[in-house]
Amino acid sequence: MEFFRIRKDIPFMRHALVFNVISLLTFLLAVFFLANRGLHFSIEFTGGTLLEVNYAQAPDLEKLRKQMEMDGFTDTQIQNFGSSRDVLIRVPLSKDAETSKVGDRVMASLAKVGAGGTAAIAAPTLKRVEFVGPQVGKELASDGAMALLLVVCGIVLYLAMRFEWRFAISAIIANLHDVVIILGFFALFQWEFSLPVLAAVLAVLGYSVNESVVVFDRVRETFKKKRGLTTPQVLDHAITSTISRTIITHGCTQMMVTSMLIFGGPALHYFALALTIGILFGIYSSVLVASPLVMWMGVSREQFIQVKVEKQEAVV
Amino acid sequence: MNRYPLWKNITVLVAVVLGLLYTLPNFFGEAPAVQVASVKSTHKVDAKLMAQVQDALKAAAIVPQGIVLDLNSVRVRLADTDTQLKARDVVEKALNPVAADATYSVALNLVSNSPNWLTGIHALPMYLGLDLRGGVHFLLQVDMKGALTKRLDSISADLRSLMRDKNIRHGGIGREGQSVAIRFREADTREKARVALADNQPDLELLDAQEGPDFKLVATLKPAAQKRIQEFAVKQNITTLHNRINELGVAEPVIQQQGADRIVVQLPGVQDTAKAKDILGRTATLEVRMVDDEASANPGIMEQAARGQPPPGTEYYVERGGRGLLLKKQVVLTGERLTDAQPGFDNQTQEAAVHLSLDSAGARIFKDLTRDNVGKRMAILLIEKGKGEVVTAPVIRTEIGGGRVQISGRMSTMEANDVALLLRAGSLAAPMEIIEERTIGPSLGADNIAKGFNSTLWGFAAIATFMMAYYLLFGVVSVVALSANMLLLVALLSLLQATLTLPGIAAIALALGMAIDSNVLINERVREELRNGSTPQAAITAGYERAWATILDSNVTTLIVGIALLIFGSGPIRGFAVVHCLGILTSLFSSVVLSRAVVNLIYGRRRKLEALSIGQIWKPGLATK
Repeated sequence: MEFFRIRKDIPFMRHALVFNVISLLTFLLAVFFLANRGLHFSIEFTGGTLLEVNYAQAPDLEKLRKQMEMDGFTDTQIQNFGSSRDVLIRVPLSKDAETSKVGDRVMASLAKVGAGGTAAIAAPTLKRVEFVGPQVGKELASDGAMALLLVVCGIVLYLAMRFEWRFAISAIIANLHDVVIILGFFALFQWEFSLPVLAAVLAVLGYSVNESVVVFDRVRETFKKKRGLTTPQVLDHAITSTISRTIITHGCTQMMVTSMLIFGGPALHYFALALTIGILFGIYSSVLVASPLVMWMGVSREQFIQVKVEKQEAVV
Repeated sequence: MNRYPLWKNITVLVAVVLGLLYTLPNFFGEAPAVQVASVKSTHKVDAKLMAQVQDALKAAAIVPQGIVLDLNSVRVRLADTDTQLKARDVVEKALNPVAADATYSVALNLVSNSPNWLTGIHALPMYLGLDLRGGVHFLLQVDMKGALTKRLDSISADLRSLMRDKNIRHGGIGREGQSVAIRFREADTREKARVALADNQPDLELLDAQEGPDFKLVATLKPAAQKRIQEFAVKQNITTLHNRINELGVAEPVIQQQGADRIVVQLPGVQDTAKAKDILGRTATLEVRMVDDEASANPGIMEQAARGQPPPGTEYYVERGGRGLLLKKQVVLTGERLTDAQPGFDNQTQEAAVHLSLDSAGARIFKDLTRDNVGKRMAILLIEKGKGEVVTAPVIRTEIGGGRVQISGRMSTMEANDVALLLRAGSLAAPMEIIEERTIGPSLGADNIAKGFNSTLWGFAAIATFMMAYYLLFGVVSVVALSANMLLLVALLSLLQATLTLPGIAAIALALGMAIDSNVLINERVREELRNGSTPQAAITAGYERAWATILDSNVTTLIVGIALLIFGSGPIRGFAVVHCLGILTSLFSSVVLSRAVVNLIYGRRRKLEALSIGQIWKPGLATK
């Protein structure tokens, strides 16, 4: 079996400008959603209390809401989680001193639901409680930002060392563009941005840089081996000869991620979703964003030949 | 030809065998067990306790599957959960005759079912995080400022008595924020005080100030002293938490410092957060009371008291060693006056002893007490779990001043250590606040394991099917490499006993999904070499060699991400990062070294190799490429 039978190098670079404009538009759109709607942060970042409870029979969420309001919980979110019998309750941080006891109070409140009413709802069983104080949330946000910064610096340094600064800059721009687009999706659909999603976003950053590296590696090799090709031709050749690997690898990774989407349940849902978007845009950005950027920055054959000469001297 | 030197083949073989060995315990599952640990640090877990447990079980005709003694617990493996419950009751009864005053905690637990020889080489199943096994997680913030103010309060009391001892007149001593201010009428007295302070309080930094007609001396704690106090506060709080959590009968509690001022407490299997919180927040303490000597010497009264009818104004306690004592109800001194307790030796008798330091107010009370009661007995009581135990009841021989008290008599060095620890651990050095709490039900944990496992399984199956269909024999080799990768990863996680969480399982799945990249790179390269007209053997060599540089580069960038997550991540992120980093390392080995070894084994020896089973190679009809 073989999927890719490409006779000639595909002239990707001819349409470079078009792709870059498309990228820019998606990027701006993502930034717009981020600025306009913002991310829907999980309580790990905002602080607050989260309870997951399980009812024997599907409860009427409206009743739960009413009871909670009567017991003095304002601004709580109550929603189904996974199935109609599982309910997720989010209580924001309050000014009370007893913040760490909110979980117990919510359970007491839920036990009261329907007690005096017509259709009594049996008290639920508690599956999970999370309480996060205000100190922790702030730290997480700054730690997340630091992690991102470290990743970006590390990758730029490594690529600049192994390749050339032009490659490093264009790879990181292309892949940060992926990250912003993933965040844009999360802002647009108001999906919950939790710690695992942050991990997924950073993993995607590494993963799609990896993608760019494979293409760049081929570019370097082509520059060294084949004389008389123009820079766009070299890039086209490099992309074309790695495209089958690109598609197959990403396909395989996506199979794993899809499996997580299907079998992983609600806990892994957004994690897998972030990876899916990341993988799709990762292919696009490393092929059609990073390579044109390298071209615009003026990469040329001489930059690699010199390196080769130095190496030979070192060997002698 | 494509052959590996012998040492390389052996390395691969050894790695796979070790991988198998250390992955093995994960397949044996877990058996119900009863775990016995000591609640009081004065009682050690040793072979004697193990024998005691064995005897108790034998008496009840329960046959244990195995019994192990480790550092701080005895674990008995049992056939099923019914026997487990029965055994728990039997052991509990045998070890703790008085239920209200338990010496040992007897908890239900699960232990690995793997055979002893595996446990012997330290092959244990993966350590599951709370989100997979269920339990409670607390993150506590130690109030560092509180620790300092507490210390400054006691320092200002010390200063007051110091000024009195040295006959220095002052216009008031008080804590102002994070410093202590002493007022004087004249500059002269201030100088005298400065000299006295420099000698007696090396931890203080002194500054002059003027306020109206008053001369002021402002004392602040030196940064080094502050750091020491804060470090001590966290350590002491951890010790205290340890002692309290032992009461809960939790099988494997985790109590660790996180960062400079935080403590993580994880209690697997505990569902009752209310009780856990209650116990974490409670205080235990020390009391000094006088012994009612006359009544204690009267056998008739004692007999009555032992039956629960002590004379009015007294209480009946049992001393270490079993003798009863009647103590006066009035508490002379409490543990709040205690600033430190250290094990040591008596200067004269060379007996093991515990040296206590009292703060200045405590020292004064103690001095008065001992002066007025020479020849009488006092008792030092340890109030644990709301119940008192007389640690020692010495006869007062002379007046004891200076706030240094020594407890000695009938103590081994070990016991002195324990008592000192217990006294130090009695109360919290600084207030704490719960800033993060997570409770995960056991059913949710099992659910999470199943979900993570299924995702990995089906993803793996899909990739394997595709690879074998697309690359034929080379695809099979890739799948073998991927399986080996999984094996090594699980073995490493088991060996390191790194905590596996749900994001960790997701990271395993993702690691496999990404590791296949290396094999795809290699296979595509080999195909390309064949397309360009290389011979099969040359194609294998060139394919692997050319792909290597790319694989290395791309894995290093991924590793950078993993390390960044490891440094800055906490909680669930860290679990993800550990697996992510390890997964990259194992994938480098398995997809390059191991898969090459397998390919060499299949093709390496054949001189006249016509074709490789790597799927169809389509050659473009064009002369130039």
